[in-house]
Amino acid sequence: MKARVYVMLKNGVLDPQGEAVRHALGALGFDGVEGVRQGKVIELDLADGTSEDTIRDMCEKLLANTVIESYRVELN
Amino acid sequence: MRAAVIVFPGSNCDRDLAVAFERAGMDVQMVWHKDTQLPEGLDIVGVPGGFSFGDYLRCGAIAANSPICKSLIAHTERGGYAIGICNGFQILTETGILPGALRRNAGLKYICRSVGLTVENNETAFTGGYDKGQVIDVPIAHHDGNYFVTDDKLAQLRDEGRIAFTYTDNPNGSVADIAGVISRNRRVLGMMPHPERAADEGHGGTDGVAMFRSLMEQLATA
Repeated sequence: MKARVYVMLKNGVLDPQGEAVRHALGALGFDGVEGVRQGKVIELDLADGTSEDTIRDMCEKLLANTVIESYRVELN
Repeated sequence: MRAAVIVFPGSNCDRDLAVAFERAGMDVQMVWHKDTQLPEGLDIVGVPGGFSFGDYLRCGAIAANSPICKSLIAHTERGGYAIGICNGFQILTETGILPGALRRNAGLKYICRSVGLTVENNETAFTGGYDKGQVIDVPIAHHDGNYFVTDDKLAQLRDEGRIAFTYTDNPNGSVADIAGVISRNRRVLGMMPHPERAADEGHGGTDGVAMFRSLMEQLATA
């Protein structure tokens, strides 16, 4: 089975990379880009039957730093 | 006085830190990250700067889960002293030993230069050799030194006098200009600037020497 983990900086934590991308899009002439947030996608190839709880445990312990990041798990 | 310096794959300030400890008069032992136990009878553990595990995932995240870090956490929970510099600070926040997190620099650039630091709290074993409010010159060399804590936690750090150093001219966007924080029991210091790189005339500055001397003196009397 496969799972996908999306890790994003929490709302309220300034994302300087997202800001830089927003500026660059503006410079390319794309108007109306009001905000950009940049995150990570982590794909996990897992033994069948791995529970969502286990994946969340992986997120809490390693994949995300919950001081500044939030995460979302998507099971395929 | 016995010190250990933990070495991770990608550490690059481990020997500099060991030399700074040695010059202050400590016996230093290098400890590999795969070791499961720190040596017995240590007075202080140094977590050095560098790019442990290539900064993969997040700076310090993989190192924080190294076998040796369980022993490091136990050492600090027992009231042992530790100092984390640069990547070492990132590792200490990733283990949860120190609060907060280090984000990408606000200007997105890697910054390598000397900066001014204000000594905010000189009532610690690390900072006792400085005057409160003294400004010292110490180099920084980081891409991810933008310190973050929540407003609540920041208020707590201020109330408890746990901000050790602030930048005189914030180079990286850190909340409240914070360059270094200490643990509640004053025995663990994490800082982005490198005092071990300001510890010899050849470094171009010696403002870091007082930190290692102060540690040596205060640990000797502890």
